[in-house]
Amino acid sequence: MSTTQKNFLLFLMVILLAVVPFFLHRGAEFAGADDRAAEAITQIRPDYHPWFKPVWEPPSGEVETFLFAAQAAIGSGIVCYFLGYSKGKKQREQK
Amino acid sequence: MFRRTTWLTLYLLLAMVVLARPAYAMHIAEGFLPFSWAAFWFIVVLPFWFWGLRSIQRTVKSNPSLKMLLGLAGAYTFVLSALKIPSVSGSCSHPTGVGLGAVLFGPAAMSILGGIVLLFQALLLAHGGLSTLGANTFSMAVVGPFVAYGLYHLVRRLGGSLAVAVFLAATLGDLMTYVTTSLQLALAFPAPAGGVAASMLKFMGIFAVTQLPLAISEGILTVIVFNLLAAYNKNELVELSILPGKTVVGESRGQQ
Repeated sequence: MSTTQKNFLLFLMVILLAVVPFFLHRGAEFAGADDRAAEAITQIRPDYHPWFKPVWEPPSGEVETFLFAAQAAIGSGIVCYFLGYSKGKKQREQK
Repeated sequence: MFRRTTWLTLYLLLAMVVLARPAYAMHIAEGFLPFSWAAFWFIVVLPFWFWGLRSIQRTVKSNPSLKMLLGLAGAYTFVLSALKIPSVSGSCSHPTGVGLGAVLFGPAAMSILGGIVLLFQALLLAHGGLSTLGANTFSMAVVGPFVAYGLYHLVRRLGGSLAVAVFLAATLGDLMTYVTTSLQLALAFPAPAGGVAASMLKFMGIFAVTQLPLAISEGILTVIVFNLLAAYNKNELVELSILPGKTVVGESRGQQ
């Protein structure tokens, strides 16, 4: 198997791992896990109150989504630029 | 090897369907560690940050051509920690992406790169927090990378292939991050009945299920990136002693 074929199959596995949960839990909320830790702490120590507030919170779910998407876009842009650059460099060296 | 991984994945998926329960976050939220604990983890992390800075400086100085690869390791962490992937437990969490850089540049460098990502998320996404930055850096950017680095070298020494070593390193580095977070929360919030151990079990039991498939995803993705690096960046990997051989183009620089 070539590297490309191998990577394609591996990538399919990642997609499957992410998609299968939707079929397993049709009614689930798929909420982020962040707030649940706070709930657990409150269960263990009902008297505990956070002593520090986030400096800035995204004003809405949309803004938060945008920022997460921006983070992923910036990161993947750099990753893909590097990989493409390397591939081109290697092909030129082989000529 | 490939077929075995597929079956193992299916088996784990099935096991997790049976066990599925809701999950917790990977980062400790802002203000959710008592002040003394928050300070304690900052003190623990400080030497690793210094070490990481020195390690990055050394890498870049001895070999400027590795700068771009360092950028790749940072960017990879950036992407992966932005992806909140749905998991079999019916909630979402995200991978860490620190395994790649830990294998390439050693664990210390990741304490800086991972710390930067955590700082970004704390400031702009209210995800994690400034007060808990020390604790979160320790779990994601110190313990995770050190586990990944150690495991990679152990598997290689035992004769495992590059793919297997990278997969296990990235997967277990991710999982150990979560185990560390549980321990940090358990230490700060021991249960009235059963103390730290009971709390630990509570935190662990709950999000281990969520994190397992994500950790496997992270392992697979890291192998994909490594395959591409091995195909197109052989020189850099040889210089980092990941692949055997001599650098082909340009003069080969000595290893430190």
